[in-house]
Amino acid sequence: MAQVSTEKVIYNRAGQRVVSPDYLLFEAPRTKHFMTGSEAVKEAVKRSSVDASVSYPITPQSEAAHLIGELWVEGYVGVYFRGESEFGVMSEIAGCAMAGARCITTTSGPGTLRAMENFPMWAGTRIPVQLVLMARGINSPLSIQPDNLEVSFLLDTGCMIWYAENAQDLFDMIIAGFVVAEKPEVHVPVITVVDGFFVSHTREAVMLPPDDIALPPYDPYKAPMPVIDAEVPPGRFLRDPFVMKSNYISYATHASWQFEVRAAIERSRPYAKHYLRGLIEEFGDPEAEIVFVACGTAAAQSKEAVRLLEDEGIKAKVVKLKTIRPFPVEELINATKNAKTIFVPEFNVVGWLEREVRRYLYKRSDADIIGTPRVAGGMTMPPEVIVKEVLKILGKEVKHVI
Amino acid sequence: MSYKIYQVNEALREFVPKEIIDLEEKATWGNPKRGVMDLPYAKELIEEHSLCAGCPESMAFRYILASLPAPEDTIIVNSTGCTSLVFPHIALHTVHSLFGNQNAVASGIKRVLEWRFPEKVKDVIVLAGDGAIVDIGLDCTLQSFFRQEKITTICFDNEVYANTGGQESGSTVKGHVFKMAPKGKQFEKVPMWQLAIDSGCHYVARLTVSSPKRVEQVVKKAIYVAREVGPTYIHLYTPCILEIGLNSDDGLEEARARDKERFAFFEYATPEAQEVINRKKEEGLL
Ligand SMILES: Cc1ncc(C[n+]2csc(CCOP(=O)(O)OP(=O)(O)O)c2C)c(N)n1
Ligand code: SF4
Repeated sequence: MAQVSTEKVIYNRAGQRVVSPDYLLFEAPRTKHFMTGSEAVKEAVKRSSVDASVSYPITPQSEAAHLIGELWVEGYVGVYFRGESEFGVMSEIAGCAMAGARCITTTSGPGTLRAMENFPMWAGTRIPVQLVLMARGINSPLSIQPDNLEVSFLLDTGCMIWYAENAQDLFDMIIAGFVVAEKPEVHVPVITVVDGFFVSHTREAVMLPPDDIALPPYDPYKAPMPVIDAEVPPGRFLRDPFVMKSNYISYATHASWQFEVRAAIERSRPYAKHYLRGLIEEFGDPEAEIVFVACGTAAAQSKEAVRLLEDEGIKAKVVKLKTIRPFPVEELINATKNAKTIFVPEFNVVGWLEREVRRYLYKRSDADIIGTPRVAGGMTMPPEVIVKEVLKILGKEVKHVI
Repeated sequence: MSYKIYQVNEALREFVPKEIIDLEEKATWGNPKRGVMDLPYAKELIEEHSLCAGCPESMAFRYILASLPAPEDTIIVNSTGCTSLVFPHIALHTVHSLFGNQNAVASGIKRVLEWRFPEKVKDVIVLAGDGAIVDIGLDCTLQSFFRQEKITTICFDNEVYANTGGQESGSTVKGHVFKMAPKGKQFEKVPMWQLAIDSGCHYVARLTVSSPKRVEQVVKKAIYVAREVGPTYIHLYTPCILEIGLNSDDGLEEARARDKERFAFFEYATPEAQEVINRKKEEGLL
């Protein structure tokens, strides 16, 4: 006998059928499309029942922001406008989120730093805003090329930090980002990072579910902080008592709130594990003693290096970190169990990922941790450069590479 | 919002502080005719304040809160400064996020609330110091006017950065010696009310906090015009008695003295705003 379904079909404001995050991310049939990372952002936003977005131009993220504007015209996004600066935009989007909207915005490089004061405020007010960060150089002389130094500054703002390798990752992560960030016990902002240009402006195959289905709309009444919409009794976005009174309780209030924000990031682990299919991804020989720990396009280039090293008769593997906050500590310890040498290839001059890897593997791994190769200023990282570093460290002859 | 949500849960009544019970019994929710004349008889929406004794900002707070046409549907966005110390004591939705971004946060809130509740009126009011509005946040202030955000901005002009200990601000009078202007301020007081007019505000008023009734009138006009037409701006002199060296009972006299000179009452309304004001007068709401 045919089963009678009692479930009601629900549609969002844009007229898309509302489906569960699991259906949208894992079960819905997907078809192949050829598109840039910026277009992948549009496709993700289109399926995410987004309420509000505020934008400001900066290369290379501008195109993604334009495309979200198109979605607003088409009725997929409720509120959209251009703010006066990144500082203004991040403040405006904070207002949108406090008023109960699912929000997304995008920026790059200098824009990130101009807006910086807002990110700890976002986290402290527990708003689940999603920032898509298309990393770009920030230091003089000016560069619009990708360089992910800015991520280093964001690591300790109290926001979750996820890192996409390619357009497909970016599409899936944006959708998952809303789902995880909005879990009542998490409810902190998520910054989804990609290396600008290499992902934002490169066309590649992306598998997309249909566009007439979308995430369930955001329910602001499930938030752990009262929504500022005058529909519920007054909430105070400044904790009461004002934590400037010089007494022990005030200090303790402030401190416990800071811990709570960090604890919220920790509580995102099981959800991120589920919706991202694990916090890390491994590629190459599982038993290899040479391990690359990387994120973003550095992971992609490391995978190529693994292939080249195979030709040299050297076994290697890549551990790609999908999240940096929370940091996949257990996963990394496990994945580097057999490692003798850990390379951390990076797209920035300071080596913030090397710092992180060292910090979390300290006394938990006997491997040598080597913070090379490192490129900066926006140049790409040829896999041959990675191979050369490995051969040098192993004392082998550097032959055909470079 | 129904003001009934301010009602105390019966099961908890015996544990609830007296001020909350008072709020339920004697606050003036749901009455657009509420005003400063209710203050002696109604429960004030501000419980106490942590400003200096006699600070005129505390008078301004009371008059403004008593004049909101719909406190139950009003959200106040403020900024860092002396005023921000008061917000934890206010029985309304208030938001303090950073220093200088108040008009940006308010823009986001207003736009989303208009979109989420198209059938309801929700007033969004910015209330911040001159440092926040005229200096560090000037771009956010003016840009919200350019964008025609339907918010009311109220500047508590005490002509100084008070909360950080008395530094010169753009609002300080030329020649005045304050910290960071040890030789006296080098440029004229920024005519913020004029910038507000030039930047697209539909109702602008400049005044001191000396007259409660007058404060009530401009606050009501500004809110009604913002609801229907666009941005409105109130520039209110709230002297910092501490930094200009006055006694705690001198604030009112100081304000009265300035009524006759640089804060002489000034009001501006566009024709669309005037139409709203006239209509509200006919309805007995002004
Ligand atoms: C970005 C930033 N810069 C500086 C400060 C320090 N600060 C706190 S309050 C304040 C002065 C506020 O002056 P004003 O807006 O005029 O308000 P008042 O205290 O006079 O009422 C300043 C400069 C800050 N909190 N944030
Ligand atoms: S410092 Fe000045 S403005 Fe601040 S509370 Fe004291 S008197 Fe009022």
